[in-house]
Amino acid sequence: MNRRPGFLVYGLLTAFVVGSALPLYWSFALGSHTKQEAGSYPPPLLPGGHFLENARRVLDTIEFWQALLNSLLVSTFCAVSVVFFSTLAGYAFAKLRFRGRGGLMAFVVMTMAVPTQLALVPLFILMREYRLLDTLAAVALPTLVTAFGVFFMRQYLVDAVPDELLESARMDGCSMIRTFWTVAVPAARPAMAILFLFTFMQVWTDYMWPLVALQRTQTLQIALDRLALTGQGQTTDYALVLAGTGMATIPLLILFVLAGRQLVTGIMQGAVKG
Amino acid sequence: MSTAQDLPAGDAVTTAPPAGGPPDRDRARLLRRQRRSRWDLKLSPYLYISPFFILFAIVGLYPLLYTGYLSFFQWNRNQYSRGEFIGLDNFTFVLTDPVFQKSLVNTFSIFLLSSVPQIVIAVAVAALLDTRLRGRTFWRMSVLLPFVVAPAAAVLIFGSFFADQSGLINQVLTHLGLDPIRWHVDRFWSHFAIAGMVNWRWTGYNALIVLAAMQAVPRDLYEAAALDGAGRIRQFFAVTLPMIRPTIVFVVITSTIGGLQIFTEPRLFDNTPNREGGPDHQYMTSTLYIYVKGIEDQFYGRASAAAFLLFLIIIAIVLLNFGLTRLATRKAGRA
Repeated sequence: MNRRPGFLVYGLLTAFVVGSALPLYWSFALGSHTKQEAGSYPPPLLPGGHFLENARRVLDTIEFWQALLNSLLVSTFCAVSVVFFSTLAGYAFAKLRFRGRGGLMAFVVMTMAVPTQLALVPLFILMREYRLLDTLAAVALPTLVTAFGVFFMRQYLVDAVPDELLESARMDGCSMIRTFWTVAVPAARPAMAILFLFTFMQVWTDYMWPLVALQRTQTLQIALDRLALTGQGQTTDYALVLAGTGMATIPLLILFVLAGRQLVTGIMQGAVKG
Repeated sequence: MSTAQDLPAGDAVTTAPPAGGPPDRDRARLLRRQRRSRWDLKLSPYLYISPFFILFAIVGLYPLLYTGYLSFFQWNRNQYSRGEFIGLDNFTFVLTDPVFQKSLVNTFSIFLLSSVPQIVIAVAVAALLDTRLRGRTFWRMSVLLPFVVAPAAAVLIFGSFFADQSGLINQVLTHLGLDPIRWHVDRFWSHFAIAGMVNWRWTGYNALIVLAAMQAVPRDLYEAAALDGAGRIRQFFAVTLPMIRPTIVFVVITSTIGGLQIFTEPRLFDNTPNREGGPDHQYMTSTLYIYVKGIEDQFYGRASAAAFLLFLIIIAIVLLNFGLTRLATRKAGRA
């Protein structure tokens, strides 16, 4: 494994990457043709010139901008909340001594295995009782904290903050919360960015819970769902559907280009320590 | 591990003040400060973890217990109220419901079709990435690309591949003179199509996790193996695989938990009006069953019972996975 990889390695990797990118390319290609072109054989393999026209049809069919704004609001809010509470709790679990620490941490880890659909029905009842159905608050509520977030921050902070630093902060008469802000938070920043990215993506791509919690209000995924359902019974208008899919995917693609490196590091870090 | 908190914070208070100490007023203030700091020390950890536990209790624990509770009651659908206590009747209903049984088989079939190839290919891709590549970050990011596509979007994209009439694959098949595949009708092929979408999105992600483990393998082990005359392939099976076993277990367990909960793909793959996993529930998964029973039909008790059963199954499989790997690891350790 020390030699430089040869042609075979690059060839196989390229094949895998092309396979991964192909469906995405295909959706953009087909989404830029007219309905007739998209349904013809042989199918158009190169992008056409009708994307803007399709995009306009998408905007006429669904409330795209509202859905985009809703997704953005909910994802950002949840990500900020998860990052804040996880950093606080993760810091306490990693660096502070208190009675019940081990047991409570084990509890946090255990809850990571609880499947989300277990809470589907009771959460739905809960939201209805508090008249929150069809609001963005209902979408956000179940993701204000995550056990994964606490676990992730704890794992990171155990090594990232030297005990000596905390000790000297205390010697200087720093209160606990000031120590947290001035020592722990700056050290945790890279992990916080990664957790933000993860939570943002998780909420953005979720389909099941918004489907349950919302009726008229839409997130992007729900809007896409409605888009696919229009014209049901006839042959699906793939030009329209895939143009919408592309429009809904672009924001995350931009995020990926800007922060993909961090995402990769985060996945690899979480794995080694997990 | 010695932290600042190990220092007895109260010491200064109990020891006698040095001769010619500060005047009384200053001493009192010092005492107050020290007392406050001691409370700060004791309470802060709980203060920091409490938001998590309070919120989790409301949106995690309470629903969990409520699911268990609901599963023992009938539900009055007209009055939106709890009905009679009916013991295990909901569980009996769900367990004997042919649709639930079918959904369980579907869930397992889709899960196996997705996680097995996914993990095998992920390990292979990780091995390719674990070489001295040029443009490392580029390759890693490329492999992760599908991960940013939402499952709902992925189903729509793949829907255009797998459409029964006009889909790309069937067009190619008929052009080659072959029979088109009825992706939305044939049970196996529908599972195959759904598993394909899942694999597309998650293989690269898993490859990165496995890659991280591979990079932690000490390089001199490979040198030693090479000195013993082991080729690349032999090195992979004799050195890499055994060393990364814990990570493989981790990947297997997370993909088990995820795979048994699959919902978006079968829901959106169905283009019939009721969308209950195909006209004959050929690809209805257990989570979809819970959704249909609980949210659409409002049989809360039955849906809760189904959710609880699925939870028990997931726990059982995770434990089984764990046990099997423990066994395998111990055997390898003895050998």
